[in-house]
Amino acid sequence: MPTSKIVYQKSAGLTDVPLTYCPGCTHGIIHKLVAQSLEELGLLERSIGISSVGCSALNYDFFSCDMVQVAHGRAPAVATGIKRVRDNAILFTYQGDGDLASIGIAEAIHAAHRSENITIIFVNNAIYGMTGGQMAPTTLIGQKTTTSPDGRDAKETGLPLKISEMMATIPGATYVERVSVHNPQHVNKAKKALKKAFDIQDKKQGFSLIEFVSTCPVNWGMTPKDAVDWAVEHMIPYYPLGVYKDRTKEEQAND
Amino acid sequence: MAKVLMKGNEAMALAAIKAGCEAFYGYPITPQNELPEYMSKHMHENDRVFVQSESEVAAINMVYGAAAAGARVLTSSSSPGIALKQEGISYIAGSELPAVIINVMRGGPGLGGIQPSQGDYKQITRGGGNGDYYLYSLAPESLQEAVDLIKESFDIADYFRNPVMIAVDGLIGQMMEPVDFDHDVPKWTLEPKTWAADGNRSNGREKNIVNSLYLDPLVLEQHNLKLKAKYDEMKRDHQRYEMINMDKAEVVICAFGSTSRIARTSVEILKENGIECGIIRPITIFPFPTKAFEEIPQKVQDILVVEMNTGQMVDDVRLADQFRHNVHFYGRVGGVVPEAEEIVEQVMNIVGGAK
Repeated sequence: MPTSKIVYQKSAGLTDVPLTYCPGCTHGIIHKLVAQSLEELGLLERSIGISSVGCSALNYDFFSCDMVQVAHGRAPAVATGIKRVRDNAILFTYQGDGDLASIGIAEAIHAAHRSENITIIFVNNAIYGMTGGQMAPTTLIGQKTTTSPDGRDAKETGLPLKISEMMATIPGATYVERVSVHNPQHVNKAKKALKKAFDIQDKKQGFSLIEFVSTCPVNWGMTPKDAVDWAVEHMIPYYPLGVYKDRTKEEQAND
Repeated sequence: MAKVLMKGNEAMALAAIKAGCEAFYGYPITPQNELPEYMSKHMHENDRVFVQSESEVAAINMVYGAAAAGARVLTSSSSPGIALKQEGISYIAGSELPAVIINVMRGGPGLGGIQPSQGDYKQITRGGGNGDYYLYSLAPESLQEAVDLIKESFDIADYFRNPVMIAVDGLIGQMMEPVDFDHDVPKWTLEPKTWAADGNRSNGREKNIVNSLYLDPLVLEQHNLKLKAKYDEMKRDHQRYEMINMDKAEVVICAFGSTSRIARTSVEILKENGIECGIIRPITIFPFPTKAFEEIPQKVQDILVVEMNTGQMVDDVRLADQFRHNVHFYGRVGGVVPEAEEIVEQVMNIVGGAK
């Protein structure tokens, strides 16, 4: 009889390369959830991840599946190009808010519009992390960044862009959900959403996007704990969690 | 197969299909629209991929994706569209991926016009996007040559793991000519694409990464030098050019693509006037055929460069010629195609009138 058993180990979806993320940033948790979801669904061998530009640019070293590093914002187009020629592969893009909501908004919208059978993992921390804390389309009103030093002013810069709400209006989008990883309960919910998105893709049901409300302690100028609290107090009220679109349910209802 | 009469853009599309092109991603722009239009029907018929993207930027990134996954992939566009694709082309070259890009040139800068031009010479031959890279660039002068070169270009792209550009102009895109699709073209010896990120690891292979990011300067330097070695090989072993009527020539015209066709007519007219004129026709504009200039006969003193731009290739001619000859330039721009008589007049002026 063995006297011990393994109750927890690193996902086979992650390599042993040390993560480059700052302490307290939730990229690490989100990476783990993506890796675990693909592993548990048995999709790792078939997966191709798209590393975009931003803090997660180096994640081609972290995920243990095929990876393609791409230009700022273009991940959904690259994923489209791959998926159309390798339709048995499972494609995910991993994009921050600068990448997806700003420079790459056209590529994201049109991938959803064509209902490309890919999954976008969208990490929203309301700021540009990699380039040192500039304003993003998702920066909250009053939030100070290096390019909104007096706090974001709606008159000058518009209101923060709500990507999940917007993507849900696109007829081609199949599944859109916004999740958070600020406590274990929500970590579990987030993983469920990811697994559902990958499962939808595996069943060739079309486009899915999972938005993560995330943190940036360094550029927000907060401790990791304060950053999580700030995300709960300020981000989630403006970016409410939940399912924004589920065409698989609509289809079931119509059956 | 007998010769068939086809429009240039459609003939180029069919050539790509015959070369085993698995995917076409593109965005409409005049004067190359018949190419994606032809693809939209015939790629699907052949159980291959066609996507009309939302922009040129998206199209070239779709190309990047398909190439990364190991597919033979094509895009086409025209000058302003090629400018938009340059970001993606830089990534394709940086990540050492094969792809074929057809540029049916029109006048510029900016929105310019839609008539034939060779105004992208520098955009094509200098890399075009950011960083140190080049495209293997072929400039056919007829539909037959375009078809043959496109068939071969997929092999060339795979061999070098580098984008290949087919540089034509609106004249070649829009003209109709008889074409034989069964010409044998050189077959290159190719390695299997074991590097492809195709999501097929059922055979137990390690993960593949397609990447152009090298944060360590010493590592990036090695990568840049590896790319340079590839471009040096192109320059050393893969220059292509044609020498026409060179034996008796007293003056030489250098022209590529449509312009060299017109120059051929000029040479015939000049011959009737007792003037023997040769032509150096670059088929590769990168690598530029420097070797051709070493073959110019002793008695030639003058080279006339004819282009449909304000003199972009003339710099390369001067460099290749190393100032051995008097280099003159004649160009028409704005979408105006030079007539043979205009070139004749230029040559007459150079040689001091009719003999």
